[in-house]
Order: sequence, then structure tokens, then C-alpha cells
Amino acid sequence: MLAKRIIPCLDIKDGRTVKGINFVDLIDAGNPVQLAKHYAKAGADELVFLDISATLENRNTTLDMVLHVAEQVDIPFTVGGGISFVEDVDALLKCGADKVSVNSSAIKRPDLINELSKKFGSQCITVAIDAKQIECEWIVYLAGGTIRSELKLFEWAKEVEVRGAGEILFTSMNNDGTKDGFANKALARLSNDLNIPIIASGGAGNIQHFLDVFKDGKADAALAASVFHFGEIEILELKKELKKKNIEMRL
Amino acid sequence: MRVVIIDYGAGNIKSIQFAFKRLGIDAKLSNNPKEILAADKIIFPGVGEASSAMKKLVECKLDKVIPTLKQPVLGICLGMQLLCNYTEEGNSKGLGVFNANVKRFSKDVKVPQIGWNNIKNLKSDLFKNIKDNEYMYLVHSYYAENCNQTIAITNYNIKYASALQHKNFYGVQFHPEKSSKSGAQLLQNFIDL
Repeated sequence: MLAKRIIPCLDIKDGRTVKGINFVDLIDAGNPVQLAKHYAKAGADELVFLDISATLENRNTTLDMVLHVAEQVDIPFTVGGGISFVEDVDALLKCGADKVSVNSSAIKRPDLINELSKKFGSQCITVAIDAKQIECEWIVYLAGGTIRSELKLFEWAKEVEVRGAGEILFTSMNNDGTKDGFANKALARLSNDLNIPIIASGGAGNIQHFLDVFKDGKADAALAASVFHFGEIEILELKKELKKKNIEMRL
Repeated sequence: MRVVIIDYGAGNIKSIQFAFKRLGIDAKLSNNPKEILAADKIIFPGVGEASSAMKKLVECKLDKVIPTLKQPVLGICLGMQLLCNYTEEGNSKGLGVFNANVKRFSKDVKVPQIGWNNIKNLKSDLFKNIKDNEYMYLVHSYYAENCNQTIAITNYNIKYASALQHKNFYGVQFHPEKSSKSGAQLLQNFIDL
């Protein structure tokens, strides 16, 4: 059976991991390659790197990083952040990234999704969607959740699928950072409405939350950052616990 | 040991080259029929859309070369699918090495299948030291039908051939270069064939 995936997310700035990551067994936790290797060994099924570098020069540092990750890490990884053109994706895939994720640029110019999936295949195109529930409506945001768009989550998600995305990474801005659990209702609706895999993001705080996101949220994969980076949840232990509760896990 | 990865412009071959490097093997990239024919072991990769990948093979005249190879050949993902008779993707003819057709997953499952799934009923030295039910990483929308050349099956609503073998030709639907230790073991086994 296809296993549910556990995905740590690493924020990268100028080729270095950011957010206070403290691992005692790592000499340099700011080194994304070392951290990626650590997570691969710890049982992560996949990795996501989110590039938050501001300038073009620093994005080239990211390409260099991608090359080193591909060289040393033997599990798949996705790179997102600041991707606007077909050439950006070409460069990342050539350096060894398995998938790319696009967000704001797809909102500004939805044809980008069609172009990317046609050129590289749906399987390597993830569309990331950040949305916030305001009263009863889920509204899509761009630019790292700072700018409100006109789009509604479920309509945009459907459009993204039709345009050829291979997967959706949905972050609930209401849940992100709360450690109160994932947005399971919205996730379950996405999963039912669409026929592509859904990665859940935002709200992971404990093991029960992961169980809920797979059972109630019907997610195909769950992404988290700080609970893994700060060692609050050990990936192997998490996967063992989920397996005990009859969630399909690769152990 | 000369290992050549066929480089015909279809997909992420860097990762395969790196996976061999981790095994201490310097695999060369080439689309030159002479270099390919002179290799001891050949990797036939592929990611992307089948009919356009097939076109690229024809442009390099590799569609004629590949089926005549006598040394061990390992098709990976789309590479394996292109070794089959026919694929529904782009309604494209394959190289006809494997006696199987390639179909699209039904709407009853999420497509593409992305993630780690089990390989079972392992039937080849390619799987030496790999246990039945081991997880491998897969990402695909089309699958090869089960047939008498199947050497591993995977279940995604239907049971399909996740690995095929005919004589010196091997094909795997999963990505050994991305499948952690068991994937590395499979690549080592291929080298040891």
C-alpha cells in the first residue's frame, strides 16, 4: 500500500538554513546538506526546501545547495520559493531537485502551471497554496501570506489541478504556528474534491495531530518544520506510533 | 566497470549519476551509440511525457540501438515504460522489449501516485538482499500491466508490474536513486549482475 509521507520543511536563506534549529549531533545545523542527511537518516520520506533569499545572486547559492543535496541525500526533495519562469525550474531540476513548488507566481500568472507541467511533467510540479479562513470563506494569499488575493481556496485548487499540477501543498494560515493541529476539515474537502495528492501544512504540534490529519484530514502527506527542528517530535517515533494506529508508514 | 547513463534529454539524470557516485562508481552520461554499445552496464532513465521522450530517442537514433543491446540494461521509470510495447500516454509505440502495455491509473486513485509503496513477489537477482514488501519511491501516472515478465508487483488499487525482466533487459518503475538504502542496494545488485 502507498504509505503516507512525513516531510520536514527547511527554510533556506542565502544557501543556509534559517530558524533556530538545534541539533546536538550536528556540527553545523545551518548547513542544509547536513540537516537533510540527518532527516533522511531519521526516516523522513521526503524533504521540502523553501528558499526565502531576497536577491538573484543568492538564488544562485541555492542552486549550488540543491546540487550538494542531490549529491548526498538519497530521498526525494522539493524546492520552492521565488520560482517565476520555466528557466528557474529547468535549472533546479538539472541540479537534481525532484520537484519544484510554485505559489505566488502561479497566482499572478496561472498559465505558468500549464507551461511547467507540459515541459517537465505533472509529477514534478507542486503548487503551494496559502489560505486563511475568514468567516466562512477560505481566501488565498500570496507573497508568503502577506497579500490577500481574490481567489477562493477550493476554486483555485481545482483550477490548479486542471492546469496540470501533480500535487498541492496546502498551508492553513489560521493553523500555521499554533501547534493546535492541522486544518482537517478544509484538507478533507480538498482531498475529496481533487484527484491529486494533498500535502498538509500548518499546525503540527504533537503526534495526535498527525494521526488526525491522515484520518480526518485525508491528507496524503504531512509537512512540519519547528516540531522536527526543535526535536519536539522524533520522526522515527512518530512513524512508529502512526503505524501502531494503522496508518501506512514506511519504517 | 563502464556504466553509461543514456542522456537523451528526458529528465533528472543527475540524481542517478550521484547515486552511482555514492556507490563509488563514475557513471558517464552519453547519447552516443558507440559509447553506449561499449559500456558494461547501461541505465536507461526517463522522466516526463512518453511520446515526446520517444521522439527524442528517435532523433538520437537510439530507438534502433537500445533493443539490440546485449549487456545488462536497466530502464528506470519512463525508461522502463518505453521498453514496453505500447503506452497510452500520447498513444505512443514503445521499443517492444517487454511484452507489456502501459496504461493510465484509473480515476479511483489519486494520480500521479507519489510516494513510497511496497514491492512484492520479487523474482530476480536484481533484488538480492532486498526483502519482500520493501518500500521504494514512486512517482508516476501510468503503469505497466502485469505480465509473464513481471519480477515485482506493486498494489495501487490494482496490482501492476513495478519491475520487469526480459533476458538482459531490466526495468523498474520506482526510483532506486531516490529509494534510500534499498534503492542503493538495487543499483549495486545491477552492477554485480
